[in-house]
Amino acid sequence: MSRALEKPQPSHFQPRLDDWNIREAWSAWNGIKFADVYYEAEYEYFCVRNLCGTYDICAMQKYFISGPDAEAMLNRMVTRNVTKMKENRVSYVLWCTDEGRLIDDGTIFRLGPDQFMLTCGSPSTAWLKKSCIGFDNVTIRDRSDDLAGLSLQGPTSCAVLKKMGLTGIENAKPFTIHFFEFAGARLMVSRTGFTGDLGYELWIDAEHALALWDAVYAAGEDYGVHPYGEEATNMLRLEAGFIMPGYEFNEALKTVNFQYDQTPFELNLGWMVDFKKPHFNGRTALLKEAEQGPKYTLTRLDIEGNKPAEGAFIYNSKSCKTDVGYVTSAMWSPVVKANIALAMIETKYLGGELWAEINYEKELRQFYKVARCTPKDAPFWSPERAKLTPPADF
Amino acid sequence: MSHYDAIVIGAGHNGLTNAAYLAKGGFNVMVVDKNDYIGGAAVSRELQEGWLYSSCSYVCSMMRQALHRDLDLSRHGLMLVPYLGTINFADNGDTLLSYHSEEAAYNELKRVSRHDADAMFRIQADLTRYSQLIRKTLLRTPPDPTSFKPRDISELLFLAKEFWSLGEKELYEYIRFFTLSAADFLDEYFETDIVKTSMAGAGIIGTALGVYSPGSSYILLHHVMGDVDGSIGAWGLARGGMGAISNAIASALQSHGGEIRTSAPVEQVLVKDGKAVGVALENGDVLNADIVVSNLDARRTFTKIMAKEDLPPGIYEKAKNYKIRGSSGKVNIALSGLPKFNNVPDNPYINRGGQAFSGSMETMERAYDCWKRGTWSDDPFIESVIPSAWDPTVAPAGMHWMSNFIQYCPPELADGPWTPEKRDQFGQTVIDKIERYSPGFKDLIVHMEVRTPWEIEQEIGLTEGNIFQGELTIDQLLFNRPFPGFAQYRMPIKNMYMCGSSTHPGGGVSSACGANAAREILLDLKRPNTVPEDDCYDE
Amino acid sequence: MDHGDTDTVKRTHYDTIIVGAGHNGLVCANYLARSGKRVLVLEAAEQCGGLAASYEFHPGFKASVAQYATHLPTQIVDDLRLTDHGYRSGNLDLVGLSPAEPPVRLNGANISGAVETDAAAFQEYHRLMDKLAQMFQPFWQKTVPPIGNNSLSEIASFAQLGLKIRMLGKQDMQEFFRIVALPMYDLLDEFVTSPVLKAMLSWDGLIGTKQAPRSPNNSVLQLLYRLQNRSEVCVDVASLVDALLGAARAAGVEIRTDAPVAKVEVESRDGPAGAAADLTATGVTLESGERIAAGQIISSADPRSTFLNLTGAEHLDIEFTNRIDRYRDRGMVTKVHLALSGVPDFSGLDQPDGRMVLAPDVETIEWAFDNAKYGELPQTPVMEVMVPSLHNSALAPAGQHVLSANVMYTPFAVRGDEASGGWSVASRAALLESVLHVLERYSPSIQSQLVGTQLLTPQDLERSHRVSGGHWHHGDFALDQLIMMRPTHGAAQYKTPIEGLMLCGAGTHPAGDLTGLPGFNAAREALK
Repeated sequence: MSRALEKPQPSHFQPRLDDWNIREAWSAWNGIKFADVYYEAEYEYFCVRNLCGTYDICAMQKYFISGPDAEAMLNRMVTRNVTKMKENRVSYVLWCTDEGRLIDDGTIFRLGPDQFMLTCGSPSTAWLKKSCIGFDNVTIRDRSDDLAGLSLQGPTSCAVLKKMGLTGIENAKPFTIHFFEFAGARLMVSRTGFTGDLGYELWIDAEHALALWDAVYAAGEDYGVHPYGEEATNMLRLEAGFIMPGYEFNEALKTVNFQYDQTPFELNLGWMVDFKKPHFNGRTALLKEAEQGPKYTLTRLDIEGNKPAEGAFIYNSKSCKTDVGYVTSAMWSPVVKANIALAMIETKYLGGELWAEINYEKELRQFYKVARCTPKDAPFWSPERAKLTPPADF
Repeated sequence: MSHYDAIVIGAGHNGLTNAAYLAKGGFNVMVVDKNDYIGGAAVSRELQEGWLYSSCSYVCSMMRQALHRDLDLSRHGLMLVPYLGTINFADNGDTLLSYHSEEAAYNELKRVSRHDADAMFRIQADLTRYSQLIRKTLLRTPPDPTSFKPRDISELLFLAKEFWSLGEKELYEYIRFFTLSAADFLDEYFETDIVKTSMAGAGIIGTALGVYSPGSSYILLHHVMGDVDGSIGAWGLARGGMGAISNAIASALQSHGGEIRTSAPVEQVLVKDGKAVGVALENGDVLNADIVVSNLDARRTFTKIMAKEDLPPGIYEKAKNYKIRGSSGKVNIALSGLPKFNNVPDNPYINRGGQAFSGSMETMERAYDCWKRGTWSDDPFIESVIPSAWDPTVAPAGMHWMSNFIQYCPPELADGPWTPEKRDQFGQTVIDKIERYSPGFKDLIVHMEVRTPWEIEQEIGLTEGNIFQGELTIDQLLFNRPFPGFAQYRMPIKNMYMCGSSTHPGGGVSSACGANAAREILLDLKRPNTVPEDDCYDE
Repeated sequence: MDHGDTDTVKRTHYDTIIVGAGHNGLVCANYLARSGKRVLVLEAAEQCGGLAASYEFHPGFKASVAQYATHLPTQIVDDLRLTDHGYRSGNLDLVGLSPAEPPVRLNGANISGAVETDAAAFQEYHRLMDKLAQMFQPFWQKTVPPIGNNSLSEIASFAQLGLKIRMLGKQDMQEFFRIVALPMYDLLDEFVTSPVLKAMLSWDGLIGTKQAPRSPNNSVLQLLYRLQNRSEVCVDVASLVDALLGAARAAGVEIRTDAPVAKVEVESRDGPAGAAADLTATGVTLESGERIAAGQIISSADPRSTFLNLTGAEHLDIEFTNRIDRYRDRGMVTKVHLALSGVPDFSGLDQPDGRMVLAPDVETIEWAFDNAKYGELPQTPVMEVMVPSLHNSALAPAGQHVLSANVMYTPFAVRGDEASGGWSVASRAALLESVLHVLERYSPSIQSQLVGTQLLTPQDLERSHRVSGGHWHHGDFALDQLIMMRPTHGAAQYKTPIEGLMLCGAGTHPAGDLTGLPGFNAAREALK
């Protein structure tokens, strides 16, 4: 019997992705084939910052959580207050272990009083099932495989959707959900994304995925639409200051060493922990952390010079005697023209000098330099248009 | 009359390791073995022309890399090759493959259960964490909790500190896996029987416990805590069969000047004034030595090769009560071609791993029920591997050798001792079961040999054919192995030591027992320790 | 009860509400009231006593699920002056019966009916087990602190246990480390040869928990638990319940029956606030809707009921909730009560006044377990039988008697009976028939004496007594569910994740049986 299910499965957009991916640069995400790059990361990055790009999010996990206890169950699981969410709104959420360590982040779509969609990057079936124990009236339907998702991001994205015929999309505010009829099917559009820029995410039943793609690309032809892959995404999200598992945090349930996972406070996401709401998972531990202060704080760094500080140690003096942290993600930001990084730094050293010991390579020779780091409060890239409603066409 | 600094009884891998370290330490060492070949249960023999059977142990994951490196076993011809995952066969014909590639493994699991595919990440992290703690103890001598010696107290404090620093949550987790049944342990993670089954096999191999018996989750861990090149849970084949391990250690031993004498069964350990002074062989030869090390199991050491009157009171009884139960059988098969299995994907990787004919949790447990009643199940748990698909040295080109390990097989049947007829019936049961999942399998058979616990005991000298030289239950682990008070490789007779799997850390082709025992001997003789104490892991 | 207005106002100000009037709830209530606390006990059933309450199962015949109490600490009896309230202690032999061997009778170190070599070996066995039981005894009456980040006094507590073990002497200490995890099968093999003697000695290590003679790890500890305080044996369970109630009332405890609690009220604070607790229990709501406030709620209900039903997962963390959900509390013992027209006649016994184990050998016990582990009915059940009416004539009409049997092993739900919710009428009939069949082998005339029967499966007990899983220890006596981890970490030491909500039932350290120790220990913690 030929089963071959152990191979990565094609995305719902696969035939189109194959056309675009002249590099054949594939990896897999949750078992779904997934492009690292289609042409070249920096080019794709500029497509998004300058025009617009599409990012295949079919591999994103999508759980439909419904029933009379759905709200209570989710509210107990995540750190933000789900009961305050209005219908057709999206909220960025975190969920933690009992010890207050971050398991994963994701978004909750409130689709009705008793109806939610939770999206996240990693499979979460087991944790969701655990979270349901004690809540009798919750149903979880895993639609990860039959709901296609396409993220459309960049300054011309709204114009593309308008041209596609999504009337009124320009009035969609950030974190809202809108429904349109598309080719006889229901298209869900949320004004959300992972680039820090103007952008939307489009959700449709898998059988209509290719039609959706074709419509976006037909409408987007004059607006420079281009697919972008994982490498470009990693650049875009770093400029926006978004965290990524495997870089900024270890998913707590997969961490071998209990000390090597992170709390929301360490990730500088304390604002997402709502102590005003009733009990939620990890609350007692997080209260303690809030009172004592986190040991580390994820910090945005502007680093002198132009050598990306990937994997660099951070010291509290130029002599590099005491290391006080480490870089989690780093890049040269082409739009800001800055050498940027996210770094985990021991909170008590945040007020003082910070120096990065950067290793870099030049034509196979290894070098290092010590560069001064300046913490930044605001995101490196945060354009007005990302929040503007209605946005401009470009 | 010959005189040696040390005599090691039994040329199994632990005995050879022990002798190698003693020889390396400058001692004049002799290893004697009853068989006309070395290796004990880590052995490869040409029992069918052209085929090299690893007739007993068949895979390896516990071999301590520090010892491999320190004894320079690669130079002596050893190469351990990791093999890929296993195909699990369920009662209803379904299969589940485990892949080395995390992504492929996830996809395969997802086919069966999305929940369990997700849960697998977590159990792997948890098992890795548990293994890390236990691995720290493998190359250490267990402390005697009743002793007031500084070394025991400091070792005890080391353990207590490791334990205490776990905190409440982890302590709870550790106690769970130390005491739960494999079934209860796996139930906490998985919901699909075939996934649980694929993990549970490790919880019963070689042991007289069932998947529902408390304590079997530790056995599971004992099997998965091994690794190949730091990849926890991975299994490896020795190129050239398991005998290649023993041969390499023997070569290392000889390079340090040690000697090996085969076909030299020991009649008795000679004791004079409460001290071991040598051994008498069955042929009448007497070999004198300052030190005698037994690589035989604890039961055999004290009830077969020692005179009861030479032992301090109580020891004979302790050896009698030592739990060493035969529970496994082995069927080695020479095949004219590679068997084809039902319901497996058509990819070239599946032959690079093993096969587990496990059925279901209940089928495995019912097989244990049969063992308790002194019979074998007609639907036993079989763990197989076809090393020849990976190793060109063990079968003629294009032909294959299949190793089948069967759990359970009683040491003695309810209706009397084993006979050749019953043994053959047992073998028939095994190939009947494989045929169910691989039609045409029987037609490929060129030659087969069947070992029940009785054959294993007769040939290798393992009491009841127990592969671990004693059950791995709490009453026989760490400072209780083999007996409380004698867990530091020193035996109740002066100048006598034990170095087999009956000692800490127990069974498995790890060489740790032999190495730890050598360290204690060097310590007693006030020689510098040359035995590695950590395992070259940066954790 | 009729109360004036002023009384009602007073009643709403309780220091402590105890949920459940089982014997642990009552012991706890007694101690708190004697320390000046205003205590209200809320019992869901119409009468107090929990599994020790006696109910009429056939006109004129009464029985309780609990048969006897062999190790109620004398301290509790003395502190609460239970004897003044009618508590009676007596003598109870353990009797092993087998069709193949003469009866063996045990009482403490006394043994009769065994062959000489076994009788001698039993002395050594008894010496060792008794010594180990005595070593453990203080720890059953202690709160064992959690491990990690311990205070000095907590470390002293561990050091005390370490010292106790050291004081065994080298040899017994080594033996202790070795035998503590042995299966009963192996342990007894090292001492005695008689099959029936092995079976009866293994019994107390097994009953109640999901373990058989060949199961390692937990039985010896359970046996040692049952070997404590052997001096105090209560053969009349009703007298214990009545005495606890009498003492409680005398101490000013208020007790309401028919008052099932629906919810424990929990409040959470809304932000960092110094040392204040995150979650606090403020009172209870009854199923009737009535709310009663109190600063302290102590639940003697089992952990599953307390947390999943009364508290609610919304107030608890996810892993904690799952640990409670996974907590192994499905009972494997079915209770059978027989109404008999006369004293049952057991072959070879003058009077069936002991605790009779009807298991000819450990294999029969093992095979019964093998059936039950797959959800099947035991082909040959094994059981422990008493005739409680010999110790309390009020349980049956004059001259008639009650036979009470603990039958092992029965599944919580029978495989194949899913449609009937776990136990079909046919399965119940089949089990009763096989129980009677076994009984008949030992007491041939029993069928002719039979007047009425009652069969209480674990599932029945869950419904009738609100005990999750119908488990009379409120959870398996297993190393991962014991001592500083009973019922699970985060809820051990009688405290829960919710300030003001405590536990005092058999699901806390040390465990079940009629020892009163969980209630005793919880009261001490509650008063801290």
